[in-house]
Amino acid sequence: MALIDLANPTRFLRLVDRVLPWLAAATVIVFAIGLVQAMNAPDDYQQGATVKIMFLHVPAAWLGMMGWSLMSVAALGTLVWRHPLADVAGKAAAPLGAAFTFICLVTGSLWGRPTWGTYWVWDARLTSMLVLLLLYLGVIALYWTAEDPNRGSRAAAVLTLVGALNLPIIKFSVDWWNTLHQPASILRMGGSAIDSSILIPLLVMAVAFTLLFATLHLAAMRNEILRRRVRTMQLMQAQALQEASA
Amino acid sequence: MIPTLGPHADFIIASYAVTAFVVAAMIAWVVLDHSALKRMLGDLEEQGVTRRSRRQGEG
Repeated sequence: MALIDLANPTRFLRLVDRVLPWLAAATVIVFAIGLVQAMNAPDDYQQGATVKIMFLHVPAAWLGMMGWSLMSVAALGTLVWRHPLADVAGKAAAPLGAAFTFICLVTGSLWGRPTWGTYWVWDARLTSMLVLLLLYLGVIALYWTAEDPNRGSRAAAVLTLVGALNLPIIKFSVDWWNTLHQPASILRMGGSAIDSSILIPLLVMAVAFTLLFATLHLAAMRNEILRRRVRTMQLMQAQALQEASA
Repeated sequence: MIPTLGPHADFIIASYAVTAFVVAAMIAWVVLDHSALKRMLGDLEEQGVTRRSRRQGEG
C-alpha cells in the first residue's frame, strides 16, 4: 500500500483495524517488562526509592512534548497541504498530549516534595511545562467548542504552530536559566549521566509509554473519522427532512 | 518480590496511582467513544441515511 493511499479515510480505517490489536498487545507486554524492571531497579544513592517516580515522570514529559511536535506537523498538514487526515491526527493527539503533560506535572510535583522539599516552584522548566498544559487545553477548547469545525481546526492549527515555540524553551530552560530542576541527564552532549541499572528500565518504560500513545492515538483518530461521518450523515438527514417539509 | 519503598513510599504509590488512573481514563474515553459512535452510525444507517461515498460503492 502506497503512503498516499492512507490519505483516504476508509483505507486508513481498514489499516487501523488491522494494526491496533498488535499495537495494544505490544504495549501491554512492554509495560509488563518495564514495570518489573522499574520495581527491581536499585535505589538512587541520593534520592533513595523516590527515583522510581522517574520511570513515569520522564516518559510522560517526553510524550507531552512529542504530542505537541506531532500536532505541529499535523498543523502544517492542515494549513499548507490540507491533508484530509492531518486535522484528524492533530485533534486526536491533543487530549492525549494533555494527559501525559498532566501526568508529568503531578508526578514531578510528588517527586519534588521529598527531594526538593516543595511540591512546586515557579522555575523555568516547571513553568514552561505548565504553559504546555495550558496550550493543550486551549487547543482542545478550539477544536471542541467552535461552531464551524473548519474554522476551529484552522484556529487550533495556528495556535499549535505558535505554541511550538514553547518546545525549545522547555528543552533548554535548564541550560538558559538557573533552575531548581536538574539539567538534562539522558539526552545530552557526552552521553547519559545515569547508570545502566536505572537507564535501561527508564528506556523500556519510555518505549512502553510511546506504544501506549501510538495505540491510543490511532484509536482516537479512528473515532474522529467516525465522528465526522456521523456529523455528515446527521446534516444529510436534516437536509432531507427540511426538503420533505418544504 | 515486593520492593521496599522507604520513608517516601506514599509519594511513590501516589505517583503510580495517579498515572494508572489517567491512563485508565484515556483508555475508557477511547473505548466508550468508539462504541457510542458505532451505535450512532448504525442508527443512522437503519434510518436509511447513507454517505455519498457509500452510495458510489467506495465504502
